[in-house]
Amino acid sequence: MQLYDMPDVRGHFGQFGGTFVAETLVEALDELRVMYEKYRHDPVFLAEYAYDLKHFVGRPSPIYHAKRLSDKVGGAQIYLKREDLNHTGAHKINNTIGQALLAKRMGKPRVIAETGAGQHGVATATIAARMGLECVVYMGSEDIKRQAPNVFRMKLLGATVVPVESGSKTLKDALNEAMRDWVTNVHNTFYIIGTVAGPHPYPMMVRDFQAIIGIEAKQQMQEMVGRQPDAVVACVGGGSNAMGIFYPYIDVPNVRLIGVEAAGHGLETGMHAAPLTTNSPVGVLHGNRTYLMQDNDGNIIETHSVSAGLDYPGVGPEHAWLKDIKRAEYVAITDDEAMAAFHNLCRTEGIIPALESSHALAYAEKMAKTMRKDEIILVNLSGRGDKDINTVAKLANITL
Amino acid sequence: MSRIQTTFATLKQQGKTALVPYITAGDPHPNHTVNLMHTLVKFGADMIELGVPFSDPMADGPVIQRASERALKHKVGLTAVLQMVKDFRAVDQKTPIILMGYANPIEAIGAKAFADRAKAADVDGVITVDYPPEECADYVQELRSRDIDPIFLLSPTTEPSRVDLIVKQASGFVYYVSLKGVTGAANLDINEVSGRVADIRKKTNLPVGVGFGIRDAATAKATAAIADAVVVGSRIVTTIESSTDENLLSNVAALMTELKTAVDAAKQ
Repeated sequence: MQLYDMPDVRGHFGQFGGTFVAETLVEALDELRVMYEKYRHDPVFLAEYAYDLKHFVGRPSPIYHAKRLSDKVGGAQIYLKREDLNHTGAHKINNTIGQALLAKRMGKPRVIAETGAGQHGVATATIAARMGLECVVYMGSEDIKRQAPNVFRMKLLGATVVPVESGSKTLKDALNEAMRDWVTNVHNTFYIIGTVAGPHPYPMMVRDFQAIIGIEAKQQMQEMVGRQPDAVVACVGGGSNAMGIFYPYIDVPNVRLIGVEAAGHGLETGMHAAPLTTNSPVGVLHGNRTYLMQDNDGNIIETHSVSAGLDYPGVGPEHAWLKDIKRAEYVAITDDEAMAAFHNLCRTEGIIPALESSHALAYAEKMAKTMRKDEIILVNLSGRGDKDINTVAKLANITL
Repeated sequence: MSRIQTTFATLKQQGKTALVPYITAGDPHPNHTVNLMHTLVKFGADMIELGVPFSDPMADGPVIQRASERALKHKVGLTAVLQMVKDFRAVDQKTPIILMGYANPIEAIGAKAFADRAKAADVDGVITVDYPPEECADYVQELRSRDIDPIFLLSPTTEPSRVDLIVKQASGFVYYVSLKGVTGAANLDINEVSGRVADIRKKTNLPVGVGFGIRDAATAKATAAIADAVVVGSRIVTTIESSTDENLLSNVAALMTELKTAVDAAKQ
């Protein structure tokens, strides 16, 4: 029996989600919704998706028992779902393959994407090259500065990277600009959104394409330790890696689901990206209703995180829903705590994690200390940290 | 009868098309906005579309994005905009004011409180770009119960069945977006627009306004021949952007005179 059955037909998760877009986009979203409904259970489509996940991405990604880290922290056993080992270095590729296959079936020769840390941009550029699609990636000019290696990778892969100079020059503005492109070029363009936000059907579709993380994890945990973890921990910006690992666990009792937002310089400073943890007001942005960091006039405020991938003022509507129904818990980790966890994993396990994933690691360490040695925390290690070397070098005063 | 209805009825008797200029409230500076509104009316505006600045104007092109950013630098939000409408009304009780903006500033206040405050400021209509009719039934009810017209956009890609749905919710007029894209994107194809407007008229008796892509006297005239209202936005905002404090009002007056002449010539 399927207990959890969200969203409704119009993409609502309770009061969250929906399709809040200008009339000029309604037809395009209708078309996408119909096509996705047509193919989401189509065996041929799913076989193609599975083939690429296996042979192009290298799935399944392993689960690794971080034994030395667990011993050092002292407490629960920490296991890592190794999305960092995927081709292109993060979970983002799972989703871009699914959407690019859909773009092909819809006869759209051009794909566009927004990107923050650059991981989704790289994943989109990669699959566009693999499938022979034209690719344009919108990226805030602030993010271009802090994620130079990924900009270079996108260019090598043949994508056009368009710097976005409006607003805060970060992920949210890149999303605005991609929407503007889409509304203008909708006849030949498929918009590959990288997270579980945006108008319906994106939050559902991206979740479905990322759910492979949790589906594999359930099977792997059973094989490795004969049971499911006590807690699953994942970082949340828009929330796609968290949704991907949470979703198959929603109906599994006694598995705590914990999303870790970016507390930036500290929640009390206001310089963070933690709309769920801080109980931000509910509002409408980027096509859906969700918790949003905003001022009294309803303007979106600038966020801060050391990791570009978490630097987003909203959050996917399904996370807002899971928070409200109390199926998932949301907490926040500061820049400093994430940096400490970053270095810790490098030195104790020989794994360089992405700064985004380091937020999940930092919270897992905190939790583990309070738990018994026979308890298990599964962390979604959503990406590798190669892209972050410049940021880390600067913060840690390391000369390259 | 609402101000918007009265305006359309009067113009119809005179055989004229409404000229509806758009400005972003608070652009270039909040001190200018009410004066600009009076200037627009003096030089031919039949109604005014007043943009509510928003941090993330997804449906707008670069010209109106920049206007929003200029206004936000001066902290002009929805509350300040409503005060500007009140100040305008102290002098002008006749010209309909239509607010145009995005959903989130309204969400921040709440639909009911917003409707109350819009009514208190004597707003006549509201266009909320990212509230499609399926998502805002309660909001529409709050507006209509206070005789504020909810005005909806129709686009070149709107399916006929959706046109039926939208005209059922709309009042005041319906706003046909004349091109695929963001505001100020490109020139419109007048033949295509003409056909679409004719189709819309088969489904509703509401007046039909046309906007997005009207950038000079010629396109204004051609559009005025087939529409009940011509909305000019980015072209006016461009003039505001390139003006100084000294020549702002005279530049806008000159542009309005040109547009008004063109629109009035259309049906003669």
